[in-house]
Amino acid sequence: MSPATTLYRGHEGMWMWVVHRTTGIAIFFFLLVHVLDTALVRVSPEAYNEVIGSYKTPLYAIIEAGLVAAIALHAFNGLRVIAVDRSTWALRHQRQLVWAVWIGFAILMLGFLPRHLMHAFGGA
Amino acid sequence: MTATAEAPAKAGAVPSMTVTLKILRFDPDGLDGREPGSEYWEEFTVEAHATDRVLDALHKIKWDIDGTLAFRRSCAHGVCGSDAMRINARNRLACKTLLKDLNPARPITVEPIKGLPVEKDLIVDMEPFFASYREIMPFLMTSGPTPERERLQSPEDRAKFDDTTKCILCAACTTSCPVFWTDGQYFGPQAIVGAHRFIFDSRDEGEWDRLEILNDKAGVWKCRTAFNCTEACPRGIEVTKAISEVKRALTTGTV
Repeated sequence: MSPATTLYRGHEGMWMWVVHRTTGIAIFFFLLVHVLDTALVRVSPEAYNEVIGSYKTPLYAIIEAGLVAAIALHAFNGLRVIAVDRSTWALRHQRQLVWAVWIGFAILMLGFLPRHLMHAFGGA
Repeated sequence: MTATAEAPAKAGAVPSMTVTLKILRFDPDGLDGREPGSEYWEEFTVEAHATDRVLDALHKIKWDIDGTLAFRRSCAHGVCGSDAMRINARNRLACKTLLKDLNPARPITVEPIKGLPVEKDLIVDMEPFFASYREIMPFLMTSGPTPERERLQSPEDRAKFDDTTKCILCAACTTSCPVFWTDGQYFGPQAIVGAHRFIFDSRDEGEWDRLEILNDKAGVWKCRTAFNCTEACPRGIEVTKAISEVKRALTTGTV
């Protein structure tokens, strides 16, 4: 039994690496499920309708919001990683770019969430 | 009554303070009735001056409190690169880190660097780290007869790899890398820094031999730009920038 060691105190770059990896894996599993449920239409259209119908429940509306959040974060941070790899300016300002990623993410979610939640819960 | 100049505190006196060091220890032999190979935290409290470094506190522990504490150090002045360790959860050199900069009000945690096998207390087996360094062939490679005089180089050409000549092989960068922690196959930031120093040296002709080694799937492409290496380097080398330059040389085909 070995004692708990400390968690490495990296800065923004390390945490964005964690975020990128977590969202990447989440998106991969979404795509896996998505391929399976779409393929179901070839097996049985009734079963397909039933599965897709369950996505209209409030629980899935929240999961859907999480999916959009994961994709938005992964996309914005992906652009940051590309920029860091291609330009020395971006490499030296990578911390500021982390904030740019979160600001872009916040703006996108502020536009998306009210519309999406109104649609899911407001009955609009 | 004649006025007398009351001597206040002695001029130049350094304020002292009490600090607690919480050290992660590893005992391979099983002394004092411990199981061989047991790992445990141990706290030591020492008196230190405001000018003392973490290394001075470790010396005090080893010399005055517990002689079994094991750690590496050689020059003690930030040049030899022996005493890289994880201090307050970040890789630093114990000889370049002042106690007063670490919030001495709370215990200062000291752990061995991560990702290399621990041998005893703060000493790790550096061999996998040096093996990666050897693999990138860190020596001058030339063809043709040896010139009778120095191999000349313009200041501009010298500046291209100036940053990476500062490396002291302390392993603070490699063992701060999240990719290296989970994938021991990865060359690690230091080996790429070592390769960069020769790849961008105009006098060297082995650049493509080294670039081919680093083009491997355990090479530069494993870098995920987490920037831990750049932030950990006690010499201030822009490690991620050096790795980026190697990546760019590989994608553009020009050095």
